[in-house]
Amino acid sequence: MDNVLAFGAASSQAGRVDALFVMIAGIGGFFFFLTQGMLIYFAVKYRRRVPGRDNETPTITDHPLLEFLWILIPSLVVVAIFYYGWQVYTDQRIPYAGETEVHVTGKQWMFEVKYPDGRTAINEIRVPAGKPVKFLLSASDVLHGFYLPDFRVKMDMIPGRVTTLWVQPERPGSYQIFCTVYCGTGHSNMLAQLIVMPQAEYAEWLERGGREGGEAGGKEPLHARGERVVKGAGCLSCHAVDGKGKIGPNFRGLFGSTVPLEGGTSVTADEEFLRESITDPGAKVVKGYPNVMPTYKASMPPDDVRAVVEYLKTLK
Amino acid sequence: MSEPSHEHADPAVAFESAKLGVWTFLATEVLLFGALFTAYTVFRMKYPEMFRAEHEKLDRVLGAVNTVVLITSSLLVVFGVDAIKRGKARLFEACFGATILLAGVFLCVKYAEYTAKFHHGIYPRTNLFFSIYFMLTGLHGIHVLLGMGVLSYVILLSRRGRLSASYYTPAEMSGLYWHFVDLVWIYLFPLLYLIG
Amino acid sequence: MTGVGRPEAEGNGRGYLADRGWRSWAFTLDHKRIGAMYLWTTTVFFLIGGVFALLLRLELLSPQARYFSNHAYNVFFTLHGAMMIFLFVIPAIPSGLGNFLIPLHIGARDVAFPRLNLASYWVFAAGFLVIIGSLVAPMDTGWTFYTPYSAKSAAAVTTLSLGIFLIGMSSILTGLNFIVTIHKLRAPGMTWHRLPLFIWGMYATSIIQVVATPVVGVTFLLLAAERIFGVGFFDPTKGGDPVLFQHFFWFYSHPVVYVMILPAMGIVSEVIPVFSRKPIFGYKAIAYSSMAIAFIGFLVWGHHMFTSGMSPLANKIFSFLTFFVAVPTAVKVFNWIATLYRGSITFESPMLYALTFIFLFIVGGLTGPFLGAMATNVQLHDTYFVVAHFHYTMMGGTVMGFFAGLHYWFPKMTGKMVNEKVARAAWALIFVGFNVTFFTMFIAGTRGMPRRYAEYLPKFQVENTISSIGSAVLAAGILVMCWNFLQGLRKGAAAPANPWRALSLEWKAASPPETENFHEIPVVTEWPYGYGTPKA
Repeated sequence: MDNVLAFGAASSQAGRVDALFVMIAGIGGFFFFLTQGMLIYFAVKYRRRVPGRDNETPTITDHPLLEFLWILIPSLVVVAIFYYGWQVYTDQRIPYAGETEVHVTGKQWMFEVKYPDGRTAINEIRVPAGKPVKFLLSASDVLHGFYLPDFRVKMDMIPGRVTTLWVQPERPGSYQIFCTVYCGTGHSNMLAQLIVMPQAEYAEWLERGGREGGEAGGKEPLHARGERVVKGAGCLSCHAVDGKGKIGPNFRGLFGSTVPLEGGTSVTADEEFLRESITDPGAKVVKGYPNVMPTYKASMPPDDVRAVVEYLKTLK
Repeated sequence: MSEPSHEHADPAVAFESAKLGVWTFLATEVLLFGALFTAYTVFRMKYPEMFRAEHEKLDRVLGAVNTVVLITSSLLVVFGVDAIKRGKARLFEACFGATILLAGVFLCVKYAEYTAKFHHGIYPRTNLFFSIYFMLTGLHGIHVLLGMGVLSYVILLSRRGRLSASYYTPAEMSGLYWHFVDLVWIYLFPLLYLIG
Repeated sequence: MTGVGRPEAEGNGRGYLADRGWRSWAFTLDHKRIGAMYLWTTTVFFLIGGVFALLLRLELLSPQARYFSNHAYNVFFTLHGAMMIFLFVIPAIPSGLGNFLIPLHIGARDVAFPRLNLASYWVFAAGFLVIIGSLVAPMDTGWTFYTPYSAKSAAAVTTLSLGIFLIGMSSILTGLNFIVTIHKLRAPGMTWHRLPLFIWGMYATSIIQVVATPVVGVTFLLLAAERIFGVGFFDPTKGGDPVLFQHFFWFYSHPVVYVMILPAMGIVSEVIPVFSRKPIFGYKAIAYSSMAIAFIGFLVWGHHMFTSGMSPLANKIFSFLTFFVAVPTAVKVFNWIATLYRGSITFESPMLYALTFIFLFIVGGLTGPFLGAMATNVQLHDTYFVVAHFHYTMMGGTVMGFFAGLHYWFPKMTGKMVNEKVARAAWALIFVGFNVTFFTMFIAGTRGMPRRYAEYLPKFQVENTISSIGSAVLAAGILVMCWNFLQGLRKGAAAPANPWRALSLEWKAASPPETENFHEIPVVTEWPYGYGTPKA
């Protein structure tokens, strides 16, 4: 769900943040026009009209009342802004009853998602609409950030700690998640989606064992399934399927090509090489691409690996 | 090297400036060690048992000896500054020379302690207590080393007849610095060796 | 302000610039030459840092990586930030203009410790040489060096942190020197309430440098020790705490933004009265607000960390205190504007930049509360909103103040005038380019674009394209300005001792000043802002 300028909040909390934003913008706007107006007005009005006659200005050095007022008024204004900022923030941090918990772990450069019932996913979080969700955030290597712009919230993901974040999504839709703490080469590709589903659809999805692909059912061709897996597993954060290189080797035209390896040897990118590169990325490292890829041995079932390889074959 | 126009005409101003300069410098030093003491506090509160267990591995006797050594050296600095104020340059040099000698003793003991730790396979990376131990004592050791250099330089000035009862700023300033180095150790010793 | 003694030579001898040859510079004890060396050095790094900024803007023309790899982009923004912060903004005004001006302003022959001053420069030089050396293996941690990434990534982090340690040492020594100078070497009659406001700004700055810098020094030492010896303060796998690094880092790096801005505010406080021919309004308020900013500035570092999992109570306290930095800042702005009231204002280039400072700084200041308020901070933190905010304060503020100071004191420093027409043209380009570049970033940030993104979602393309175009205009303006300065240096008209007819002491010295600044130390009987006619 895209938003034009700030607005298009995805929850009532976010709406309150927007209200605060508007309030600060209003106060800021008032002082902006006041000060800039005076600055420009004085500069124009009191410009020197007659050259040379410059010692006829009055000696005004201070004005205690005026100075007292412009200490007092800004102080009151900032206390008010502080107060509302704190109120809205505190409400965001209060746990809701009956929330769904989702564990999200940041890792260079993906979000690993774990639901309490053991389901896992990468870069895609599915939650039902209208129910509070609690994100339990952590990181396994370096700092990451978890930013939901449509909900106006973010929280750092810290190795060795668990931080939390609550939201109450109200409208179904797909919402962007960004990593906001710089985490290395793939930082700007570390993206995910929060998919908010209508409750009925969510229940149905849960019933299917949390697997997608209802439309194609079991008849889905292997390479189409591979494409789906590639998109869902975060591969495209690092690997491009078009002409341009990213962090990892390009997928287009990879299959069947001769790939130079670190250490001077080379290998033909056949099915076995691709399979091994997914489950054990460190085994053969392609020259020019430092090995930063996590292993998918545990998180990607062999069927899916096979499907991915089939998909890669189609990228000529 | 020295252009006359950059020297202070008034020796009183020069003395006052030097004094304010050294105190300001010491303020900086307090903050320098302050950050490490903060880290010490944070981790000690987080892992009290580990700190208690690990600090037993430090040699209290050697630590105590070093404390005595440094306090004595500070005392000698006081005597030395007093001597030069009364114009007794030879006595001053002897006192400061003895201070440098004691500083050397301190560093030798520290060296013995470090080697013993390494021998037992204890390094800065061993755990957080020893990270802090090595960083704090190491940084302090560097200060001792620098202090030895500064004191030697002041002795050299005195040998060249540059110090007298009417001009002893370098002696007093280096003395202030040495007291600070001593003071840091007086905090380090109980924090690391005694209460862990 | 009146000085007793014969008027200084109006002539355009070479003054302190008379000696030639590299030795006369490398071993000089003259604060003016040391200041000039800082100015040259920092300006070069400003230009290099600017080139990196342009490369970033070039890449951001397209959402996908087009010209550089992601890694190259990340290296560029790291170097842009690190160079601008550590090698330009922090030293440029304090060490450059400050060195040149403090003794002249207070009527002294030099700083308190000239040898230490020279040593500071060479420590600084050692620092930047180490930093340049570290570029052999470029690092990409961002200028904030957050652990654990910085503890694991490219080896250059170790050398770079040692380089920054040296820069910090130089900064401490300079600050110490200035504190003592301002305390002990003021001319007879120069009471605290007759000090030029630039000196007040520099005094507050020096205190921050002395108190805050050692903490970041230790932090970088610990970072280096973590990489060399495996010390685990910031390493979660050893029980350390990566967030502790952020606390240490911001304990320095927040106050240090006031090291950047306070001297610039001092410059503006000098320039505004001269070109309005009016006494500064609210002298004491401006002077004490500098001290207040320096003090409160030490208590607000946590507002960089509202999303780092600090306790809500800590967040609340930091947010509350943060807002109180706004008050002394607002006081200054109101006082400057009040100084204009009923003045006789002319718009030479120093005044244009000073007014621009106020204009842009108001925008930077008014966008501060969005980041100080917790709820909106959580929304906007680490987005382009923050990037826009600090560029408005640091570039729109500090750099504009620096430009104002350069134009204002150029005649004093060099004995030459710059071409005023060209200076105004450059100003116009800079003003327009700056706003186009950075205002659009507020919009991108509010729409959710995170900072430090080599590639971005296509929906942010419009803002980024506009911003990149603006940056080209801005760069053109800065180039014209530099060219104008070089022209002025080569063949500018000879400058009189006091081209702006200002009253502060530095204008009593010749242009350029003699090595000993004043033939006779002036005796001060008045404050430096006695413009206008009494009881008019």
